[in-house]
Amino acid sequence: MMNFSYTRAETVADAIAAVAADPGARFIAGGTNLVDLMKYDVMKPERLVDITRLPLREIEATDAGGLRIGALVPNSDLAYDARIQRDYPLLASAILAGASAQLRNAATTGGNLLQRTRCYYFYDVATPCNKREPGSGCAAKTGVNRVNAILGTSEACIATHPSDMCVALAALEASVHVEGPNGPRVVPFAEFHRLPGDAPQNDNTLAHGEMVVAVELPAPRFGRNHTYLKLRDRLSYAFALVSVAAALDMDGDVIVDARIALGGVAHKPWRVTDSEALLKGKPATPDSFGAAADAILSGATGYGGNDFKIELARRAVVRALAQAVAGEPQVQSDKSVN
Amino acid sequence: MSNVHPYVGRAKSRVDGPLKVSGLARYAAEFTAPDLAYAAAAPSAIAKGRITSLDVSAALAAPGVIEVLSHENKLAFPEDDEPFKNDMVAVPGSPFRPFRDDRIHYSGQAIALVVADTHENARHAATLVKATYDAETPNVDVAAASHYQPPEPRDGIPPTPEPRGDAAGAFAGAPIKVSADYRVVAEHHNPMELQATTVVWEGDGRLLVHNKTQGVVNPKNYICSVFELDAEKVRFVSPFVGGAFGMALRPHYDVFLAVMASLKLERSIRLVLTRGQMFTMGWRPDCLQTVSFGADAGGRLTSIQHHAIQATSHYEDYQEPIVNWSGFLYDCDNVALKYELGKIDTPTPSDMRAPGATTGVFALECAMDELAYAAQVDPVELRLMNYSDRDKNDDKPFSSKELREAYRLGAERFGWSKRSPEPRSMLEGRELIGYGMATGCWEAMTMPHKARATLTADGKLEVACATADIGTGTYTILAQIGADALGLDIADVTSKVGDTALPMAPVEGGSWAAASAGSAVKDACETLKAELLNHARGIDGSPLANAALDHVVFANGRIALAADPSKAVSFAEILKGAGRDALDADGGYEPDKDFAKTYAGYTHAACFVEVRVDEDLGVVRLARVVSAVAAGKILNPLTARSQILGGVVMGCGMALHEETLWDKTLGRVMNASLGEYHVPAHADIPDIDVIFVDEEDGSNPLGVKGLGEIGIVGTAAAVANAIFHATGKRVRELPITIDKLL
Amino acid sequence: MELDRLAAAEPNPVSIALTVNGVERRLDVPPTVTLLDLLRERLDLTGAKKGCDQGQCGACTVLVNGRRVNACLQLAVMNDGAEITTIEGVGQPDALHPLQEAFIAHDAFQCGYCTPGQICSALGMMSEGHAKTAAEIRELMSGNLCRCGAYGNIVDAIEDVMGRSAFKEAAE
Ligand SMILES: Cc1cc2nc3c(=O)[nH]c(=O)nc-3n(C[C@H](O)[C@H](O)[C@H](O)COP(=O)(O)OP(=O)(O)OC[C@H]3O[C@@H](n4cnc5c(N)ncnc54)[C@H](O)[C@@H]3O)c2cc1C
Ligand code: SF4
Ligand code: FES
Ligand code: FES
Repeated sequence: MMNFSYTRAETVADAIAAVAADPGARFIAGGTNLVDLMKYDVMKPERLVDITRLPLREIEATDAGGLRIGALVPNSDLAYDARIQRDYPLLASAILAGASAQLRNAATTGGNLLQRTRCYYFYDVATPCNKREPGSGCAAKTGVNRVNAILGTSEACIATHPSDMCVALAALEASVHVEGPNGPRVVPFAEFHRLPGDAPQNDNTLAHGEMVVAVELPAPRFGRNHTYLKLRDRLSYAFALVSVAAALDMDGDVIVDARIALGGVAHKPWRVTDSEALLKGKPATPDSFGAAADAILSGATGYGGNDFKIELARRAVVRALAQAVAGEPQVQSDKSVN
Repeated sequence: MSNVHPYVGRAKSRVDGPLKVSGLARYAAEFTAPDLAYAAAAPSAIAKGRITSLDVSAALAAPGVIEVLSHENKLAFPEDDEPFKNDMVAVPGSPFRPFRDDRIHYSGQAIALVVADTHENARHAATLVKATYDAETPNVDVAAASHYQPPEPRDGIPPTPEPRGDAAGAFAGAPIKVSADYRVVAEHHNPMELQATTVVWEGDGRLLVHNKTQGVVNPKNYICSVFELDAEKVRFVSPFVGGAFGMALRPHYDVFLAVMASLKLERSIRLVLTRGQMFTMGWRPDCLQTVSFGADAGGRLTSIQHHAIQATSHYEDYQEPIVNWSGFLYDCDNVALKYELGKIDTPTPSDMRAPGATTGVFALECAMDELAYAAQVDPVELRLMNYSDRDKNDDKPFSSKELREAYRLGAERFGWSKRSPEPRSMLEGRELIGYGMATGCWEAMTMPHKARATLTADGKLEVACATADIGTGTYTILAQIGADALGLDIADVTSKVGDTALPMAPVEGGSWAAASAGSAVKDACETLKAELLNHARGIDGSPLANAALDHVVFANGRIALAADPSKAVSFAEILKGAGRDALDADGGYEPDKDFAKTYAGYTHAACFVEVRVDEDLGVVRLARVVSAVAAGKILNPLTARSQILGGVVMGCGMALHEETLWDKTLGRVMNASLGEYHVPAHADIPDIDVIFVDEEDGSNPLGVKGLGEIGIVGTAAAVANAIFHATGKRVRELPITIDKLL
Repeated sequence: MELDRLAAAEPNPVSIALTVNGVERRLDVPPTVTLLDLLRERLDLTGAKKGCDQGQCGACTVLVNGRRVNACLQLAVMNDGAEITTIEGVGQPDALHPLQEAFIAHDAFQCGYCTPGQICSALGMMSEGHAKTAAEIRELMSGNLCRCGAYGNIVDAIEDVMGRSAFKEAAE
């Protein structure tokens, strides 16, 4: 870990100013991702601005009937918040599917959005990686790529975004409140993360110095028809190979509206609105689930070690939709998939 | 704690428990010294080739850095191999030595050692070491290597048995044939404790070394040999070991480099490897296997052929008994076994929990399951039908073998009779249910050990042996044995291990420690008793004046006449009479060579597993495991059960999760972390039921056969067989991950 | 004195105050020091273990202001003002916490290296109050790996203590 200077910010404005003024500066919140990456020089900030004392820990009701979640609300507090459990159980479930209880205690809402890929090569500074070191190449494409992406990849990078929480936020169409040197803005969740393209070093659309101050959830609407289904190499404490957040608006047996987002398959939570449209007005049958799954996965490409993810994702979408229709969401402590 | 004898054979909680649960048990990295400096190893970026230049200037200039060592400025050490073979667990070949020259043998090899004032400064400076290389193309795939039979056999493991009968002919003519390829992939031990050494520089060339090791004597001998140190000046003390499973049998580069730095700088040094660096040393080697069975129409084996090709490093011929088990676990007269190696660009593999058996018995027991289906015989039936009463590899009877009873008790507890034999025939909700079973087997071994027993005037006993307690419960078992021998409350008995100042012991491995160290302690205690009685008889007016050992009872801190317990002398009086503060006695244990010549000694297990498989999604869930173990006398059912649990859990990991993944081009382990090398977590492990089958064995005074390994052997096969029963899919390459079931 | 020696050699230390196991400490710590390394290397509290240094094993679990966290991923300087409880503060051999006793009784460890983390984690879990069943305990303890495979016994030990009414009341 490189030596760095440490500043504890007292106000949001101070924090932003401190980072904006210094290209080598970064915010630090829970530290559960950044400290790990700094230890072996994957990230080498020269200055850390500690934002944990900022007043961004509230979960507040919005005028639109939703909730505004402060960027520093710990993942576990968010998952167990009574309003979240009642009105956004999909989000609670996705959070509880991720990491471990002690990590969720430290990890923050903002930090979760900004956690970096778990591509093996990104983590190993002795290997070529365009995300870590632009222009050095992408060793994953021909290497061990079991965990890498099948959708939205580029010549330069096939990394995934590893978050579970973000998959639910994508499905729920959250928005991200950002403040920066040029003032505040609100970013729809779908536009927050980006695809790697030829600049895989940029995971998202934040400019240097911009801070996530809150995540806003629109008014709740999916009732009991939702699920978060996570498939992985160990039954807990492992990143998703594939995960699916599904939420449905049902009228009897007919799907009125649908949201489907996939995790573990792309550089960002993967949503294809066309595939959701396919379900609208359709009866909840395996055929319509399959058609939606095919639409989401159209264009999926494997790189050898991750070929299986294409079929796995297809089946996971079908199952998740069945769970959502039945109103029987996956319980994260129950290891049998219902 | 009440004074109830015997302790041996009964559940006793660990005597080291209070220290462990309160965080006071100190492991190798947790000893300190006023002049402690921190070392960090800089790893090689390539897997094969030469270092063409090494630039340590930035590292040297970094804050707090004291020294940077490398092959260019190392402390000289001998060129020839011999001193480095002063390692009880060395294998044929030329042992690796860090900083020998500019050659890179494997990715992550230490190319420099940074020493700094703090851990943080050392860690940082290690990243500043820059090297350029002349890189060669590595090969880390054993399948792509050329294969050969090891010219020099490894010491201490049984050789590959000669063929008997005509296996090929019998196979050709057999009405039922089963033949398949299996692959056990590379695994790493990943004990929770990181490999570490703290060297305390005591001045005047005296070193006190705390090293993570499965036996302090081994690294001490090695260090003294390679640095030509006076054995009197070097002491290794490692009272607690945070798991090892074989990876800490051989001395690793941490102890070598830490001692080198300490000698060079004349100060205390701590070197703790990173989790990633735990993948730059011993591992369970990748193994390709083919098992072919011929059987008569009823399922009786008429031919067994087992061929294994296992990975080793370029510089050593590491070997395991992979195929041997196939020669005696079942009764068959036509057997051909073949074992080969393939060299790859990795560190030398090392023993990992039940080395050889874990790998070989996996293939053998999966093949037995395939035969059960081919012959349409129940898998337990099939094993009983082919039960062997004699080790035909060596043509010896077994010293004891209660495997039949293990099958029976295991099947009964498990409810095996409820199994419907057809694959895919049991279903609950969406989940396919699978019942699978397999046999486990491990060699019962003992090794020469020495021990000491010391009684002090306050009536307390200390039993001591330089062996290790790597979590196996050695401390507790030795205390139980000592308490029983002298009739003491176990609270008055202390056991000591893990110190080269104590009587000699070899490394703790192969499940031999309880039998061997325990027998040595028992022997020391018997000698001590004789001596105590001698002194007691000499006391003026002693009521025991004419008593012989078999006339007296040691109990309640006294020696009393068996016939009239009121006639007694207390230990305190004896010591006082002898004019001593303490009395001690040495003891030892030597394996009974005649017994070993006459009998084959093995532990056995029958493992039963229920899995639930979501076929659509490839998700496997373990529902329960029953492991019935026949392993001689059980000294402490509580800790014994834990040993089996540990083996079973590791077997579950082997079956479902564990695989070291190399980048084939870079020759580098890419999942070198606990996040991406998946060992089982709480959520993966179901209820595990352990049964100990009564078994009398005469190979050593305690009747013990060892438990550290047997729990893992067969477990992965039982899981794989259960998955076949559930799904009809025969997965022959571990681990059985989601992608293999889709 | 150990600390003075270290402080002199290091750039940009930050002054912080921590309460560790009830004892208040004022320390000058460089920002690169994790809470785990502070405890182990600078305060000689080696009960919290280092198994990975990456948040991937749970051996370093301690309680910060009563919440379980991975000390290896916490920068010490960010914990200024915090109350830290390590295993040494949970109970000592002559006065063990009921959970420590239960770990011994159920043989919930072998090598003992994951044990302080398991115990601190379980204490954190109990005060969080979300685990009611064995399956929930397993899930919520999954951040603590045990290579010795003591999982079943660990769950038994935790259930044993959770089942005791005295503990239930105290938790309420
Ligand atoms: C072993 C392990 C397993 C894990 N498993 C999972 C899993 O299964 N699923 C999952 O979803 N996650 C998992 N995680 C990741 C975990 O969720 C993230 O590490 C965590 O959410 C990051 O939050 P943090 O507050 O600690 O971020 P930090 O580490 O503090 O910061 C991460 C990044 O975000 C930036 N940042 C932080 N806050 C802000 C802000 N408000 N505005 C702008 N930038 C900010 C920082 O500069 C930094 O670059 C795992 C982590 C570990 C260590
Ligand atoms: S996939 Fe992306 S993160 Fe992984 S090696 Fe390639 S460029 Fe780096
Ligand atoms: S040492 Fe912190 S989680 Fe492993
Ligand atoms: S007791 Fe050894 S790792 Fe858990």
